[in-house]
Amino acid sequence: MFFILITGLLLGGTYALIAMGLNLQYGVARIMNLANGEMLVAGGFAAFWVYTAGQVSPIAALLVVAPVAFVVNWAIYRIMLRPLVKRAKSRGALEVDSILATFGLSFALVGIMTWFFGGGYFNYSYLSGRIDIFASSYAQNRVVAFAIASLLAAALWVWLSYTRAGLRMRAVAVSPDSARLVGIDVPAVSALAFGLGGAVTASGGALISMFFTLDASVGILFTMKALIIVIMGGVGDIRGTIVAALILGIAETFVARVIDPGLTLAAAYVLFLGVLLFRPQGLFGRTPT
Amino acid sequence: MKRRNLMMSVAAGAMLAISTGAASAQDVIRMGAAAPKTGPLAGGADVTHWPAVRLWVHQVNEAGGLQLADGPAMIELIEYDDQTNPQQTIQAAQRMATQDQVDFMVAPYSTGLNLAAAPIFSQLGYPQITGSNVTNQQPELSAQFPGMFFVLGRTGVMAEDTAQVLVDLRDAGEIGNRVALVNVADAFGIEMAEISRDVLEENGFEIVYQTSYPLGTQDIAPIIDGARAAEPDAFIAWSYPADTFALTDQAIVQNFSPSVFFTAVATAFPSFEARFGEQAEGVMGMGGVNPDDPAFQEFAEAHMELTGQLPDYWASASTYATLEILGQAIEATGSRDRAVVMEYLQDSSHEYDTVLGPVQFNDMNDNERYWTVGQWQDGVFRGVAARGRDGAADVILKDGWD
Repeated sequence: MFFILITGLLLGGTYALIAMGLNLQYGVARIMNLANGEMLVAGGFAAFWVYTAGQVSPIAALLVVAPVAFVVNWAIYRIMLRPLVKRAKSRGALEVDSILATFGLSFALVGIMTWFFGGGYFNYSYLSGRIDIFASSYAQNRVVAFAIASLLAAALWVWLSYTRAGLRMRAVAVSPDSARLVGIDVPAVSALAFGLGGAVTASGGALISMFFTLDASVGILFTMKALIIVIMGGVGDIRGTIVAALILGIAETFVARVIDPGLTLAAAYVLFLGVLLFRPQGLFGRTPT
Repeated sequence: MKRRNLMMSVAAGAMLAISTGAASAQDVIRMGAAAPKTGPLAGGADVTHWPAVRLWVHQVNEAGGLQLADGPAMIELIEYDDQTNPQQTIQAAQRMATQDQVDFMVAPYSTGLNLAAAPIFSQLGYPQITGSNVTNQQPELSAQFPGMFFVLGRTGVMAEDTAQVLVDLRDAGEIGNRVALVNVADAFGIEMAEISRDVLEENGFEIVYQTSYPLGTQDIAPIIDGARAAEPDAFIAWSYPADTFALTDQAIVQNFSPSVFFTAVATAFPSFEARFGEQAEGVMGMGGVNPDDPAFQEFAEAHMELTGQLPDYWASASTYATLEILGQAIEATGSRDRAVVMEYLQDSSHEYDTVLGPVQFNDMNDNERYWTVGQWQDGVFRGVAARGRDGAADVILKDGWD
């Protein structure tokens, strides 16, 4: 029982790393970023590269990966996505445009990564030893990733809830038009949120690369997972994403261990469907006005 | 939705076309190759397919080209990324035939893409000598597509031989008869699991744990936990690369260490040994080679030198062999006429000298001599079971991970 709970929590932590960044990007900057998974893989490749080239720990690599990803994503927003936001007549129109633009971006990123790293599989062995909790063994790297995911989630939540900058961000998440009326620089806040989201995603990728085998084309799998989690949890609320990630992790592990590993995907989609049917705004989402 | 479809086709249309190879000589044989550079199978193609293809082209050109009746001809290789999408494989084949007007084509990568491309190869009249395609449908396929050839072997035989390894070990009193059997839930995994289960049950083995998991699963802890709880003597997983790594990783973490630990695709990759080091010792997988064979050693050395990576211990050599076979057929006929070369290939009396050793096709276009099971022993993935090949090593029992 403990095994299922702990394995599920560890998996949930992984899912939170995959989805938190997208929540910021979609919730605040209103960009449904289909290149999310590629950004994650890029973070993983960066960690792989510094680890194999210089034996730098992927956790230390976060100090470089996160700022670089922030700048890159911030620039992507300013250069590529801002014009879409400007010309969009409604939120719906922006969604369609941003989905198309980031879908294209995902192809470009796959191409760039294939160019630099080739199409092969990437993995390495870091903290791959075991750690015993309640008489079962778990991978150290998964436990460490979970711990960092928890820290990251807590830091984000505190920052969003208790700082002025966080308040501005929440205001934009609720209503960009009204936020503008109270003197918030909506484009700047949106760019910040998109950059921050990208930094979180790439950091997640760096951590996940410790225990996942990645290749340049695998990003789409992460994007799909992130979409499910963000929509389940409710757009624009980081707590929802975390809760949804943990529920999904535990549910999948339970189904895999007790019923059949073949049904994990089915379980994930049943949960997703259930949330959409009974709480279409997501677990923590607000009812649209 | 419509717009998204449009976007997809635009993106898909922007195919990567790279033309390499020295085409300075007057006479050139144009070869087309479409295989994954992106998409789910790109990782495998990057290890097994592309380096072997480029190596063969490089070596033939270094040696002055292929000898035709009217003098030597250099090879010009035209590469396309099929994005692991069967539709793209077919379109690329069409394009290579009509736009690029290639003389011959390299068969695609993997079982699925080769099956998808078989009708178009056949329709366009190109020989399709497959090196990374394992199937059990050789009789039907060769009847329907007489230009399709099979070098890598049969799924049925590989699953049987894997089960046979266990039977032999049990009969020698080395292991008990409890087996845990898992598979990736796609055509490959399901077929292999069914065949191996049948053989094992016929031989009195007890399947104490059996399950499948969806394609793309890397969170494998519950499966290893379940298998471990069943206390098997042998663990057999019909797995794909990413899950092969994940299963092994989790088995180490949970210290699940049966006497036989078998994972399927990618166990034979050099990166498996790079990832697990000494812990790989004793792990079994599909394929294998005879690493003591000078022909393989020479191939591995040249592979390393040109591409900077070692070949895998299974389909790299057979992919390379498909091109050796094609080259020898072209030189024997002295012709670039596909119909003539095809006729030569279909004559089952011809034997080809390849890195795998001699290869001959039977009347179902099938090579009957190949490695079926391999095992990591002292840092090399040695064939431990084969049909018609010499040099199989003795199986060793897996002695823990630490």
